[in-house]
Parts: sequence; C-alpha cells; structure tokens
Amino acid sequence: MSTSLINLAYLVASALFILGLKGLSHPRTAVRGNLMGATAMLIAVVVTLLNQEIIGYGGILIGLALGSLVGAVLAVRIPMTAMPQLVALLNGFGGGASILVAGAALVEAVGLTDREVTSQLTVATAASGLIGAVTLAGSFVAFAKLQELISGNPILFPGRHVVNAALLIATLGLAAMVAVQPDEPLAYWGLVIVASVLGVLAVIPIGGADMPVVIALLNSYSGLAACATGFVLNNTMLIIAGSLVGASGLILTRIMCDAMNRSLTNVLFGGVGAVASQPGGGKGDEVYAGRVKSAGPDEIAMILEVAQRVMIVPGYGLAVSQAQHSVRDLANLLESRGVRVDFAIHPVAGRMPGHMNVLLAEADIPYEKLLTMEEANPQFEQTDVAIVIGANDVVNPDARTDPTGPIAGMPILDVDKARTVIVVKRSLSPGFAGIPNPLFAADNTLMYFADGKKALVDLITALQS
Amino acid sequence: METLVFSLTIFVLAIFVGFEVITKVPPTLHTPLMSGSNAISGITLVGAILSSGLQYSTLTSVLGVLAVALATINVVGGFLVTHRILGMFRRKS
Repeated sequence: MSTSLINLAYLVASALFILGLKGLSHPRTAVRGNLMGATAMLIAVVVTLLNQEIIGYGGILIGLALGSLVGAVLAVRIPMTAMPQLVALLNGFGGGASILVAGAALVEAVGLTDREVTSQLTVATAASGLIGAVTLAGSFVAFAKLQELISGNPILFPGRHVVNAALLIATLGLAAMVAVQPDEPLAYWGLVIVASVLGVLAVIPIGGADMPVVIALLNSYSGLAACATGFVLNNTMLIIAGSLVGASGLILTRIMCDAMNRSLTNVLFGGVGAVASQPGGGKGDEVYAGRVKSAGPDEIAMILEVAQRVMIVPGYGLAVSQAQHSVRDLANLLESRGVRVDFAIHPVAGRMPGHMNVLLAEADIPYEKLLTMEEANPQFEQTDVAIVIGANDVVNPDARTDPTGPIAGMPILDVDKARTVIVVKRSLSPGFAGIPNPLFAADNTLMYFADGKKALVDLITALQS
Repeated sequence: METLVFSLTIFVLAIFVGFEVITKVPPTLHTPLMSGSNAISGITLVGAILSSGLQYSTLTSVLGVLAVALATINVVGGFLVTHRILGMFRRKS
C-alpha cells in the first residue's frame, strides 16, 4: 500500500475518532459513537499492518492476541463498582506502550537507520518517556488505592514537596539529556525510571475523595503521551487521537475540580483528606449534641406512605455497600404507589466522573431519572422527602453558610430545602472534608443509622408490611 | 522544521476540535467518555506495530511486541467495557 493511501486511511480513521466522541454527547447515539471509535482503530491497525516496510508479523500477532485476550477478559469480568480501577489500569498500559514505542524509535533513529535525528524526534521522545512513565506509575498507584491494595487515605511523608521537586528537576535534567545527547540510550531509560518514581510519589498523597480528579488527569496524560509519540513518529493520526484524549481528560479534570470548588494545584498538593484523620470531635459535639433525631425503618416507611415526591441522593456509601439494586427496588415500590421518584447526582458522586450514573444504570434505573445537580437543586423545595444514602460533604449546607470552612463555596445539592430529609449513614462520622454536617442536626432531618444496603432492604420490608 | 510546524498545526487544531466536541458530553456519559477516550489513547498501537514489524534489531522488536500487547489491552479493554457500560444506559430507554 502506498504512503498516500495509508495516510488517506489514517485521515478517515481520525475523522471517525472525532465523530465517535461526538456520538457520546447523547445516550441514543453513544453506542454508535463507540463503535465508530472502534472501527477507526480497526482501520488504523489494518492499514498499518499493510505497510510494506513491515517484514515480520510473528511478534505483532502474538502481541495482538495476548493483548486482546487480557483486554477482553478484563472488560467482561469487571464489576461496575470497580470501573474506576479498570480505567486507571488501562490508562497505565497506554502510558506504558507510549514509553516503549518512543524508546524503540529512539534506538532505531540513533543507531539502526539513516533517519535524521532531529530535535523534534529527541524532544518528543523525552516528552513521551516522561509523560508515559508518570502515567504508568501514577495509574498503578491509583489502581492500588481504588482496589484497596494500599490505603485509600492520603499517604503523606515529611519533606515530600522537597523530594518531589528534586525528582522533578532530575526528570527534566534527564529529559534535556535525552534531547541533547540522544545517542546515550541509558539517559532515556533513566528518565523513565525517575519519572516513574515521580508518578508514584505524586499520586500516593492524594486521598480517595480526589480520585475522580486523579483518574481524569491520568486519562489526559495517557492521551498526551500518545500525542508525543505521534511527534516522535511524525504520525498525524497519533497526534490527533492523542490530542482528543488529552482534551477530554483535561475537561473532565476541570469539571471535577469545579464540582469541589478546588483548584487543581490544591487537589494535587493540598492533601485535604488528610485533615479528616485528625480528631475533630469537639466541633462535632457542638453541632450535633441533643439535636440529632434518629429513626428506624417503620417510622420512615410511614413518612414515605404520605409522600408524593421523593428525591434520592446517592453517594459514595451507596457504591461501597453495592446498594444500587436495593435503591432501584425502593424506587420501583414507591412509584408503583404513585410517588414520583428522581435521583439527584452530584458530579463527584462515586470514584470517577459519572460513576454513580453507571452504577444506577446497571440497576436499570432509566437515565431520564438521573438529574444533574443543576436540574435537581430547584426541585428540592417541592420535594416531600429527600433520601440521602451515604453522601456527606456534597450535601453539607456549610458550603453555603460558612465562608471560612474547608468546603466553603463548594457547589452542593440543596437537600436541606426538602420538607423532610432522611440520611442513611452508619454513624455521624465526618466525610472526606473532615467536618461535621449541620444537615444531620437540622429540624427536618431524621438520621437512619445503618449500612446503606441493609437500611434499604429493611425499609422496603417495612413499606410492604 | 517544516514537519514540526505541520505537526504542531495538527496538534493545536485537534485540541480545539476535542474541546468543542467533548464539552457537549453530558455528566451521565462521563464514565463511558473516559473509558472510550482511553481506548482511543491506545492508538500508540500503530506505532507499536511498526516498531515490532520493522525488525531493525532484537531490542526494538522485543520492545515493539511488548508495546503491541500493552496497547492492545488498552484498546480492546477500553472499547469493550465502554460498550458494556453503554448497554446499561440503553436497556430501559
């Protein structure tokens, strides 16, 4: 196949990638969009295989077969609650592939072919190795945290900013060496190793609540690594596809940061969740003492008997107790009695952008019922009962009223404006921000102390009897 | 130099297109957007196939095969899991 034909096919593939992402702007067209993306990838791979310069297919076929097998098993087996881990892992593999491809291209260019060693090649190789290694190592740490192989809490060690700064300088130094002295391949692999350590240390201090931001950012990096590899190989399709992913990850990173009213710098270096581990009991007593009313399933069932509009607010606790199916049963039961039930979803509910929507969709809750924060907030005043399940900081009215608090200005769900609020939670323990929640002590709030799933099952039983 | 400017042009334009297209994705679809775009980042597979197949040396061939395997996991896993997620959104609508 001639170079022009190959490039034309790459153009078609690039266009399909863009159309595929465009398809994801609506649930109706999303499946087709994803298939377009997959088709684009197939075209790109097949056309590349037809490149006349390729002389050996054995290794390629082994790699393709092995990768397809592992990828397919992972994709089919993974439970939806573990989706963030899988995305983190896949990000890491993408970054790893970029490191290897750029490394191989460097070795070829400086010793094996007569390809001109331009500064574009060397700088892009350094960038690809650096971003790829941070992505690979950072993603594996994110995976380990989400899978709870290591603690999901922020792991802070003294002097970490100094160590990280030193590592960053070392990586940039090595990257400069790769760019200036490309014929010293050890500099490249040294860069990869040091950047990997940097990736590990950069993600380890970040707590579970900030994972949506980290995953989105690593997603962006994996795209940028592919993009840098495109500059190494002078391949426009890699540049286009990589940029699309880079842009997508950056947009999601910004949305997640906005939803927590925090800057990216603050997420990456602040270690906010770390405050949570410090004893903050004194202030909690002040807020809660003598004001918290708790209720059991029977009492709550009676309140729901007379409700006409119910808004369910799912949070992290729902995901942890895998209560998405029970919450669907509750919603169905209420609807069969003529109650209107909707779900209000905060952007950072769950452990990656949009994760809660996936969990609820898994339980067959129609996506029309999943309201965004903007859609839900004006409706709380007409809501008879708001049921909060395992959400804490995202419903804390302090965000509106206490301008000095750690979550001041964070956009929250205005649950407190509902006529009655029922909070399903195991205890009064603080959320990730480490502060008490005045909502729990409000006059119109009833606390239902129980594990999310068990609470829902008991409530359904009480409603049916 | 000329190729660099050309590549940079493509890069900048693609970033703009990316922002335009992706800001229209609703929050409900953010997870499939992420897993789907993740699969697209496996486009490095194309480079991996070339490194592996050109067989300039044992080292580059081995690096290439490893890269092919990693990128394929990313591509196949990413598109399949996105399809699985989207199937859940479609079922009841």
